[in-house]
Amino acid sequence: MADDRTAWAHAQIRRQPRRQPGTETIADYLHRLCSATASSLPISGVGLNLMTESGGGGMAGASDSTSEQLEELQFTLGEGPCIEAFVRGQPVLEPDLEAPRATRWPMYSTSVLELGVRAVFAFPLQVGAERLGVLDLYRDQIGSLSAEQTAQAIAFAGIAVTSLLDHQQGNPPGEGAADLDDPLEYRFELYQAQGMVAVQLRVGVAEALARLRAYAYATNRRLSDVAGDVVERRLDLADDA
Amino acid sequence: MTAVPTERVAEVFVEVADTLVDQFDLIEFLHMVSRRAAELVNASAAGLLLADPKQGLQFMAASDESTRLLELFQVQAHDGPCVDAFRTGLPVVNADMTTASHRWPKFAPRAVAAGVLAVHAIPLRLRRNVIGALNLFSSETSALRPADVHIVQALADVAAIGILQERAVRRGEELTEQLQGALNSRVVIEQAKGAIAQQHHVNVDEAFQLLRRYARSHQRKLGDVARAIAINPAGMPDLFGSEQPAGDPV
Repeated sequence: MADDRTAWAHAQIRRQPRRQPGTETIADYLHRLCSATASSLPISGVGLNLMTESGGGGMAGASDSTSEQLEELQFTLGEGPCIEAFVRGQPVLEPDLEAPRATRWPMYSTSVLELGVRAVFAFPLQVGAERLGVLDLYRDQIGSLSAEQTAQAIAFAGIAVTSLLDHQQGNPPGEGAADLDDPLEYRFELYQAQGMVAVQLRVGVAEALARLRAYAYATNRRLSDVAGDVVERRLDLADDA
Repeated sequence: MTAVPTERVAEVFVEVADTLVDQFDLIEFLHMVSRRAAELVNASAAGLLLADPKQGLQFMAASDESTRLLELFQVQAHDGPCVDAFRTGLPVVNADMTTASHRWPKFAPRAVAAGVLAVHAIPLRLRRNVIGALNLFSSETSALRPADVHIVQALADVAAIGILQERAVRRGEELTEQLQGALNSRVVIEQAKGAIAQQHHVNVDEAFQLLRRYARSHQRKLGDVARAIAINPAGMPDLFGSEQPAGDPV
């Protein structure tokens, strides 16, 4: 659903300069998303990591070179808030890396403190059961994000998810045509439709959502209407493939 | 509404406390709380909605999860007594839907169409925070009495503790982290329902029954089974093959 914060976050990303004119690659778009997140919130850097359930993954974007280093550090060490957020499927917010509870990442907290980081906020990029990666926010000072800032960070994470799904379907990032939907749309139907399409096409639920969005875009229909047709069995995307 | 027997109230609170002691499944826990809340005050259905930092309220669990009622619970994320209870932190009691279309233009007509004539919404409180609302539907306009409201509010408060207890106390986590995790676990259930419906040629309501029955008969958490199915629909077990003979406990 296109809520106010998502619209605001899209506007922040649009304000970031493009690396080159013309069609933008997903990597360039995610880089702009990280820069926009970093400049819109009271933080010092942002990194975006793509990960797989089997433990693979890699850095997909960062606002600056220190954040890039920080992202790679977690993979090297195999511990940290980013990995924890991914595994648990919920944000991990650590406003003070010197606090006793941060010692649950003994190697990580020591190393990042040396790089001048005092707080980390990690937001999983997920579509229900399927996890795509994590958006990490770094801060050089101790302190929490406010509830509003946390919600804004979640909006940026949501846009990252959408653009990754669009990219799978070959759509240019940041367009989000199917995002504008009835605020009273029946949300659960969309999630149920994802599960149904996953079985129809033998794909994961994240790709199922991408296919639903692509179908809605191609047929110029609302995503919630397409989802409703799938759940009511008026539409089978396997027939359409 | 009939008076709630004290013994029954005591039993319910013992049951809830028992569930909280062990490692528990959040969605199952919220189902149980919803069912007991509906039972205690003779409501036709009860549901729980939680706060999402992005979109306001999101539906989590209900005593009756038929598609007809799910839609009604979800509409309340935007308009209706739940939003009011959530914003003010005060219960909305005995709201007559037949005369409420000016107050809740989107919700009230839908409620009446679904046969819901009276609605009650109780805030889910945790210390100074309101984290959601417990919603009760009645098919008659008869009144919820003050004593009933106290009982349901107590149950709502216990539910709030349950939602946040898992890791919150041990790790001193923030509200947002807990709620985000809880909300995502509901999304996983819906994805699994869809996959089951497609695979087993049943509707989503039946799919949910199959999912619960399978989790129970294999003594696994509902959320774990749902996640396994949603991540790998191709590896879905034969959910029909594990039906309990009879006496499925509610």
